[in-house]
Amino acid sequence: MENFAWLIPLLPLTGFLISIFLGKKLPETVLASIASIAILIPFIITLGIFIPFASAVDPEPIKIILFEWINIGKLSVNFSFQIDQLSLMMMLVITGVGFLIHMYSAGYMHKDPGFNRFFAYLNLFVFFMLLLVMGSNYLMLFIGWEGVGLCSFLLIGFWYKNPEYAKAANKAFIMNRIGDLGLLLGIFLLYLRFSTLEFSRISFEAMDITLSDPIIVSATLLLFIGAIGKSAQLPLFTWLPDAMAGPTPVSALIHAATMVTAGVYLIIRSNILFTLAPFTQEIITVVGLATAIFAATIGLKQNDIKKVLAYSTVSQLGYMFFALGLGAYEAAYFHLFTHAFFKALLFLGSGSVIHAVGGEQDMRKMGGLKDKLKITHITFLIGTIAIAGLPPFAGFFSKDEILAAAFHQNPIFWVLGVGGALLTAFYMFRLYYLTFHGTFRGTSEQESHLHESPISMTLPLVVLAFFSIVAGLLNVPEVLGGNHWLKGFFEPLLAGSNLIQELQPHDAISHTLEIILMAISVGLILAVIAYAWIRYKKNGHIPAGDEEKLPAFENLLSRKWYVDEIYESIIVKPLMSASGSIYKFVEVNFIDRIVNGVGQLVILSSRTARFLQTGNVGFYIFAMVIGIILILATNRFIH
Amino acid sequence: MITALLIAFPFLAALLMLVIPGSRTKSAALAATLIQACLTAYVIFIFDINEKESLLANMQFILKEEWIASLGISFFIGLDGISLLMVILTNFLLPLIVLSTWNKEIARPKLFYFLVLFMQSALVGVFVSLDAFLYYIFWELALIPIYFIVLLWGGENRVKITYKFFIYTLLGSLLMLAGIIWMYLQTADRSFGIDAFYAVMLDMTAQRWIFWAFFIAYAIKIPLLPFHSWQPDTYTTAPNAGTMLLSGIMLKMGIYSILRWVLPIVPMAVDAYTDIVLYMCVGGIIYASWIALSQNDLKRLFAWSSIAHVGLITAGLFTLSRTGFQGALIQMIAHGVNVVGLFFVAEIILQRRNTSLISALGGIRAKAPVFASVFMIITFASIALPLTNAFIGEFLLLSSLYEYSFMFATFAGLTVILGAVYMLRAYKNTMLGEDTNEEFADLSTSEKLVLFPIVGLILFFGIYPQFIFNLTDESVKYLLEEIANHMALKY
Repeated sequence: MENFAWLIPLLPLTGFLISIFLGKKLPETVLASIASIAILIPFIITLGIFIPFASAVDPEPIKIILFEWINIGKLSVNFSFQIDQLSLMMMLVITGVGFLIHMYSAGYMHKDPGFNRFFAYLNLFVFFMLLLVMGSNYLMLFIGWEGVGLCSFLLIGFWYKNPEYAKAANKAFIMNRIGDLGLLLGIFLLYLRFSTLEFSRISFEAMDITLSDPIIVSATLLLFIGAIGKSAQLPLFTWLPDAMAGPTPVSALIHAATMVTAGVYLIIRSNILFTLAPFTQEIITVVGLATAIFAATIGLKQNDIKKVLAYSTVSQLGYMFFALGLGAYEAAYFHLFTHAFFKALLFLGSGSVIHAVGGEQDMRKMGGLKDKLKITHITFLIGTIAIAGLPPFAGFFSKDEILAAAFHQNPIFWVLGVGGALLTAFYMFRLYYLTFHGTFRGTSEQESHLHESPISMTLPLVVLAFFSIVAGLLNVPEVLGGNHWLKGFFEPLLAGSNLIQELQPHDAISHTLEIILMAISVGLILAVIAYAWIRYKKNGHIPAGDEEKLPAFENLLSRKWYVDEIYESIIVKPLMSASGSIYKFVEVNFIDRIVNGVGQLVILSSRTARFLQTGNVGFYIFAMVIGIILILATNRFIH
Repeated sequence: MITALLIAFPFLAALLMLVIPGSRTKSAALAATLIQACLTAYVIFIFDINEKESLLANMQFILKEEWIASLGISFFIGLDGISLLMVILTNFLLPLIVLSTWNKEIARPKLFYFLVLFMQSALVGVFVSLDAFLYYIFWELALIPIYFIVLLWGGENRVKITYKFFIYTLLGSLLMLAGIIWMYLQTADRSFGIDAFYAVMLDMTAQRWIFWAFFIAYAIKIPLLPFHSWQPDTYTTAPNAGTMLLSGIMLKMGIYSILRWVLPIVPMAVDAYTDIVLYMCVGGIIYASWIALSQNDLKRLFAWSSIAHVGLITAGLFTLSRTGFQGALIQMIAHGVNVVGLFFVAEIILQRRNTSLISALGGIRAKAPVFASVFMIITFASIALPLTNAFIGEFLLLSSLYEYSFMFATFAGLTVILGAVYMLRAYKNTMLGEDTNEEFADLSTSEKLVLFPIVGLILFFGIYPQFIFNLTDESVKYLLEEIANHMALKY
């Protein structure tokens, strides 16, 4: 199957071209099928590469050089792919979950006037996302990185007639660009240090670098800035909740399962550099943990179903970064992997709900949907349990691995990590009870239209629910009788980091302690769920309406700590108003005035002033030049 | 001979415009520019990109005829990769520029197209001249048609604005003329030939004087901060074809000339002044981008963004590195293509809605999806999205700057963010938002014929920039060697 690897990104690109140029003429079902197959075949090819790869002993990464992209002397960058353990795992998620979401979208976007445009963008997104994870060097990664940003921009603003949506799209792109500048500068620094941008060569040469080399520390910090933007970490996270303006399948694919995890991918891809930079690692740990908790607190008080999930995504990404900072790269990937399933499931489930209630997203106007939307309800519950972290669902294993790594580093980290997990369990069950239990609180017209979604939408839910249960099997720890498969699979990828980490003093936590820690966190989560059950199910508590005044702290949470307002007043407004002032005072009243002054001086002191002022200067000069040419030309002929 | 033909053909075609009937001039001009483009394509085809022994050996299709032997002036022209690239830019943009006037009623068409073609001839002349005197003549000749184009077909305040533009650039040219004559007096055998100029070894003081004499002329033309104040007004008031000629091609005369006539002649002064120039360039990037944030007129916004872009290009040249030179060269092409696209977009909006004020527009996407998509692609190209032409340039330029100084690169890099802010703001406010009742026809055939090739070029050079690097690589290498020979400077 290796020989077909180039088809993996090419097919989605072809799908994009077909949808955009011929899409209008094709019936919806044909179009959606083409777009979905353009993702399904790459998925099959990826599987075909993955299976022998996973069973081989010491498999070599597959390299494919398509053409020489930039070659000017020592700077030479190929348009090339590298398929190894990490890319394969990412490709499986992208094409696998991607395919399910394409299928779901066929139902969700039914009869939307932009049906073909939607599938075109979605295909284009998959293309760029595949470039991102398949590229063999930092510049290829950057193409994908910016490309997915473009698609995210296009899809957030998909319903472009709504100015708010268009604004959210711009915000997402611009905030990402702040991170992108960091990434770009990081790439320059790496190039300066290594004279290459190829991952394999940098990893190889990095083995000879001493710990805390200042260049590596700076480079990793810059790369991390890029990751902050793309993966919506503090302080650049505010674009992601706004990105919910896009259609729900987009939120599931781009803003939960794939694109936002690109920052995590970047760091795992550069793991050896990060391991060499403990200072950067510390910063990542703190940022990740802070984001995990901070976003979770906001999630507690949101009433828009998608907003809760959005903050939840920010928070879960925080966990991944937390793990990366701890040097637990494989745990971070593991959580990325399980999260892709249950968060995509939750988003698609919320989409099914929104679909059923005619576009309503406010949970205060939902309730009691469990009988009307049976499949959605069950699958959503599975997703909720998975994200809350109860065994044996997927989220339990991946979160537990992160928490174990945290305890290993510092028990305080573990306490904070568990604290965040408890918040997660609470807001998710709050969401679940408000949406599916109690009585319906919408209009009677909405009530009469309540219906389960079509099969094209529920089937992906079922598949994703299945994986939300079993995905944890990928990496069951020894203490629970597993074999840590993923850890073994990623061994070659992380060999360098492991080597460096082993040189540092550490003591492994015992199996007994591991079991105790698990038991404590699971017990606490169960307690929180019970609390949510009492509050929202038994007592039927409904969050206050927007007009009601909340206690100060609750208000702070429901207004998202006023982060947007703070950014607006300390960055955006000053920047814009300074722009006007600079134009007025520096440009018009200073530079231009000097220029005009000098100009006048010249004119006054010039004998040609009369000509100039009649506006005939052009003719004058013209005549002069033509004259000179004629004189010179004659001169030539005479000699 | 073919080089001479590249100059002569548009000049003869220009004369032809004056004699054929006014109703036919538009098609005739288009035909002429297309023939010229084919001629250029032929030159690319026969151009030899293989390794050469020296800078002058790199010059191909040389024509050297004595002109005024007593003064050491000759009609000396030729093409190396760099010149060829500039000729390609000129001759491939011209058909698009002519075509962009297709739907427009132009008063006195004979004169208009005469001037456009005349200008093309002069521009090519500037890029192929290997004799300083000849170069200066073409440089001045190029100014005249654009002056009339803006003066006779311009918009509001055109008399005052063209006047300022003309005086300003003329002042620069006079400084340059003084520099050329002084250089000529230093040559061993009194020659204006470029080889003679390159052979002159000046002491530091002389280099400093010559540097400023040339550099100010170019800084005005490009324009760099703080010599830019003629530019936004002129770009805004000029008829659209004029703005395209100015921004797409003419400003590259300045950048090209730095490469050809400054860096190899006074490298020590260049080295001494690099920081000052970089402050001008990088300062200009931030200054212009920042002002662009609050501009409400689409044309004016593009004008300011252009100042930011050319600042980065010039900065790359002064890093005196292969990456910087190649970045500057590809970015000149990219900027030329993109800016012509942007100004045409502004023109289309202006024609349809009678305004180019961003605040007065909106909802066009719903009426004209093809137009909006094209505008979007050009917008993303101008903010240097990967796989578009400008990304390669921006990447190489910033990377060369980074090698020179982390600080300059970081500040110049702010263009990555600010560019996205002002361009996306403009796009959103003009194209997106609620459907309005005003009609907006989608692209006509002639408009497509302008914009589709632009989109094609954006993607082509973004995906296969090596096309350009192959053409210019040898020339860039030898130019750098020439500079290094002049002073023991490593690259």
